[in-house]
Amino acid sequence: MGAEGIGAAVRRKEDFRFLTGRGNYTDDINRPGQTHAFILRSQVAHAEIAKVDTAKAAMAPGVVAIFTGTDFAADGKGGLPCGWLVKNKDGSNMQEPPHPVLAQGKVRHVGDPIAVVIAETREQAKDAAELIEVDLKELPAVATMAEAVKPGAPKIHEGGNVCYDWHLGDKDACEAAFKGAHKVAKIDLVNNRLVPNAMEPRAAIGDFDRATGEYTLYTTSQNPHVIRLLMGAFVLQIPESRLRVVAPDVGGGFGSKIYHYAEEAIVTWASAKVGRPIKWTCERSESFMSDAHGRDHVSHAEMAMDKDGRFLALRVKTDANMGAYLSTFAPAIPTYLYATLLAGVYTTPVVYAEVRALFTNTLPVDAYRGAGRPEATFLLERLVDVCAAEMGMDRLEIRKRNFIPANAFPYQTPVALQYDSGDYQATLATALKNSDWAGFEARRAAAKKRGKLRGIGISTYIEACGIAPSAVVGSLGARAGLYECANIRVHPTGSVTVFTGCHSHGQGHETTYAQLVADRLGIPLEQIEVSHGDTNKIPFGMGTYGSRSLAVGGTAIVKALDKIVDKAKKIAAHLLEAAPADIELKDGKFVVAGTDKAKAFGEISLAAYVPHNYPIDTVEPGLEETAFYDPKNFTFPGGCHICEVEIDPDTGVTKVVKFTAVDDVGRVINPMIVEGQVHGGLAQGIGQALLETCVYDDKGQLRSGSYMDYTMPRADDLPSFDVATQITLCTHNPLGVKGVGEVGAIGSPPAVINAVVDALKEWGVRHIDMPATPQKIWGIINSGRQAAAE
Amino acid sequence: MPKVSMTVNGRAVSADVEGRTLLVQVLRDKLALTGTHVGCDTSQCGACVVHVDGKSVKSCTVLAVQADGASVTTIEGLAKGNELHPMQAAFKEHHGLQCGFCTPGMVMSAVDLAQRNPDPSEHDVREWLEGNICRCTGYHNIVKAVQAGAKAMAAAK
Amino acid sequence: MYEFAYHKPASIADAAKLLAADGDAKAMAGGQTLIPTLKQRLAKPSAVVDLSGVKELGGISVGGGKVTIGAMTRHADVAASADVKKALPALAALAGGIGDPAVRNRGTIGGSIANNDPAADYPAACLGLGATIKTDKREIPADAFFKGMFETALEPGELIVAVTFPVPEKAAYMKFDQPASRYALVGVFVAKTATGARVAVTGAGSSVFRWKDAEAALSKTWSAAALDGVKASAAGLNADIHGSAEYRAHLIGVMAKRAVEKA
Repeated sequence: MGAEGIGAAVRRKEDFRFLTGRGNYTDDINRPGQTHAFILRSQVAHAEIAKVDTAKAAMAPGVVAIFTGTDFAADGKGGLPCGWLVKNKDGSNMQEPPHPVLAQGKVRHVGDPIAVVIAETREQAKDAAELIEVDLKELPAVATMAEAVKPGAPKIHEGGNVCYDWHLGDKDACEAAFKGAHKVAKIDLVNNRLVPNAMEPRAAIGDFDRATGEYTLYTTSQNPHVIRLLMGAFVLQIPESRLRVVAPDVGGGFGSKIYHYAEEAIVTWASAKVGRPIKWTCERSESFMSDAHGRDHVSHAEMAMDKDGRFLALRVKTDANMGAYLSTFAPAIPTYLYATLLAGVYTTPVVYAEVRALFTNTLPVDAYRGAGRPEATFLLERLVDVCAAEMGMDRLEIRKRNFIPANAFPYQTPVALQYDSGDYQATLATALKNSDWAGFEARRAAAKKRGKLRGIGISTYIEACGIAPSAVVGSLGARAGLYECANIRVHPTGSVTVFTGCHSHGQGHETTYAQLVADRLGIPLEQIEVSHGDTNKIPFGMGTYGSRSLAVGGTAIVKALDKIVDKAKKIAAHLLEAAPADIELKDGKFVVAGTDKAKAFGEISLAAYVPHNYPIDTVEPGLEETAFYDPKNFTFPGGCHICEVEIDPDTGVTKVVKFTAVDDVGRVINPMIVEGQVHGGLAQGIGQALLETCVYDDKGQLRSGSYMDYTMPRADDLPSFDVATQITLCTHNPLGVKGVGEVGAIGSPPAVINAVVDALKEWGVRHIDMPATPQKIWGIINSGRQAAAE
Repeated sequence: MPKVSMTVNGRAVSADVEGRTLLVQVLRDKLALTGTHVGCDTSQCGACVVHVDGKSVKSCTVLAVQADGASVTTIEGLAKGNELHPMQAAFKEHHGLQCGFCTPGMVMSAVDLAQRNPDPSEHDVREWLEGNICRCTGYHNIVKAVQAGAKAMAAAK
Repeated sequence: MYEFAYHKPASIADAAKLLAADGDAKAMAGGQTLIPTLKQRLAKPSAVVDLSGVKELGGISVGGGKVTIGAMTRHADVAASADVKKALPALAALAGGIGDPAVRNRGTIGGSIANNDPAADYPAACLGLGATIKTDKREIPADAFFKGMFETALEPGELIVAVTFPVPEKAAYMKFDQPASRYALVGVFVAKTATGARVAVTGAGSSVFRWKDAEAALSKTWSAAALDGVKASAAGLNADIHGSAEYRAHLIGVMAKRAVEKA
């Protein structure tokens, strides 16, 4: 490794602009003649739209135009598409109801867009929106999944409230295994609904060029090409050649900025209607009723065990909330990103999972950091603790006994995935050491003296990311490929621009990707720029999510670098009068092997663009290469998270006092960035476990609909973390990388709850649903105390 | 329409505003100082923190007219050309930022803390940052950065 | 926000005149509650009368067994005041725990108690210490000031000038934060005074209130243990997603004990 190459904790290239206020986020952009949009949203969860009268509002000061769903439909425009088709158990297609951009006839969740007001200023648009007369005939709302499947429940869509009823695994083998079980451990649990809450609220600017007929959309997106494809092809019927989508600096995504949202289509379409650019910027409280939410599963799981505590079979029944409409990738989350992970790190030979996806009058639910794998991990790692309790076994022992051994890779699970590498005993051993697991009982006793209940919890997890092999996901219902594209442009003087189809919204790609190039070409980091987020700059790109940017996007860069080096060697061979096979690239120089004859990288690039002395008959001028890379498999990061908590029994407050993470993320390119990714994921996982949740009332109103009631983790809610990596290399990509973006959020929630349950063990607690709020914990302790007193 | 005059990052500026115009709107929309961000509407996230007469305030919760005559420092006013302010440099060195959106407010709050407390403990930093929410970093590296930045500021005095 | 006219008077008299002339005008102190309320379009005043230019409303004075805080004094200034810290450390600590540092740099005592948010901190100090609220028209004892949720004894247009706190023998405030908003889910201010103990509770009810049973117990014996058998009633307390009435009632007891220990 060089000082700037693979493995170096290089300080980030992008930081200067962010630290000096020079970042360029969507809301920072202003286009000449720009107008402002405000979206009038439904205040009720379920209603028929009897009337929308915009006449008065249209006369308000500053109003440029007002559009409703009727206008949008009259223009022949489509609804928001869903990117993944899941099939029912009987092979039929899932129910895929229309998802109007602006409500048509009915509203189905609080926040459903009814009309857009475009005005000279945002406040004027808001003022005018209050003058729109909306007559809604309110219908009974379906606020929960339990309500959705009750006989006679109000129908949200014509086809009822079930989106699909899907399964995976061998049901008969599972039942047979349960019949022979020594013991069965059971658990019912909820995976709480979360709001992603990237700190930058979503924003979009539609800018139609009257001269050329071209559209530009600036948007807070993790994947501008995907937005161009979905919006251009399915909603607005604009060919790619006339639609440019720019995702500039984006202030966090966590999944919530993957999807194609109504507001993007609205401002793009309407900008042509009014002939002026239109900016829409979401307010935070509005984001609670317009961003896709995450998680929201209700599950029952059972593990069959033999007399030694070996897992024989797992069966799982899960209901997954889709919300009122299908968000872009929603159907895939509780199926292919969830049930396929239920083997975990264990040799469980049989797994059978049934998943029902249900519609409710709530916000659409889609991927949020981890997407399906946190739900699987929480279920499994909670269940394994219950298994240990059921068997009277140690929590570590039951895990060790069931781990997939390090020599069993590649390992085919019973739920479709084939793990390529890992060493779970090793990550466990390191985590036990780093956390001083052995010294815990002394810490528990010391805490008790201080009047605190201390508990320790563990989670040994695996996840599947680096998504994904296109043919595989295609066979599972994906309506897109999941390759990635890279373009390396070497400029005449030897500086390099890397264009990537991935998108950085905090991950530090401008640094990590530059390190890949510096490592390979031996040129300094400051000569390398990374460009992303503009569909006009690179052929295509699938974007950033599913911890794919390095395993897939990085590999595409490596493949493009292969081509660059290959061509450069031919040019060098010509200049050095040697055979291309004899040229080596060393420390930024092309050397004839075994000699001191060499040409610097800059000399080769100059020759490529000033081809006076050049192999012009066999090599084209220029030095620019593009590569598409379609991964061969998912990647499988895993690890061990250990959490220690202290509970104040008088108030029910839980403090995370120690958190240890040992993660196998494959090869580490920049350890500083890797640690930062884990820290952030841990905060979100701890947030899910202790703080964050969505509470809907029976009318479908979100009671935790702003920062006044939705508990965002703050600095004083969290400890400093002890994080480390212990790696095995991915075997099917050239860098050996796996992915790190989501591991923190996947591994940590069960570690926290296992610790809370451990702390409360004297009260006979076997499970507590997330978030383990003070009120909930005090309730447990209080009833325990009352029972003890009786 | 009221007119406000103030000194922003050492420069005298004035703008015509409405009574309801917020300080952050003047900074972003009239003065193109878009480093100050708006991340919430309940005065909690702190992405909009600037200094008014040397003290950190939430510029989304101050009317522009209230800042008439005041001296305002925004994130754009910290660095000297290309030389980062010690707190900014500490955030870079300790990887105290990821997406960068909360960063300007976080840095401005941290500078206010450091001016009062040149050697804050981890506890001090975590308490002080109660009004600044970050979704990316888990705060771990922010805390390290603020402690280091405060020391560097004290050393530079 | 709806548009409004903006005024910045330089004297109490001018401020009072502006407010008297326009019943829909609203006085603004630090604005840390009013501005968010306006942003959400929950209020539509015709005019905002900014009191920050009124010099008579500032200042802290300590002496004669009293601490007097001018209505426009920022929370941060109370928290940092050496005089307040010395004479009435519980008050400085309370002020230092309101909101967050940026909010404390703007928010004022007058604004806080005039608003009387059921989860605000200052009302607990006023009631717990038996403060006197001085307005441009009269003096109102705290016991008669806080009338109900967002309701006070202030008449339309009446302005708080200063709050005078008698210095107790001992006092402390303990707050249990609502985890999301960080307002008080339950806050308890206890004070040992020459005439007996006072216990004021915020966050738990529709407005700050005195917990008389605890006062009686603490007046007999000033110790946390004195509260052992004393239970706050859950009847009429607030309930929301963060805390049932029963949980709040329980927390009142816990916070009261901890406050006594801290005092």
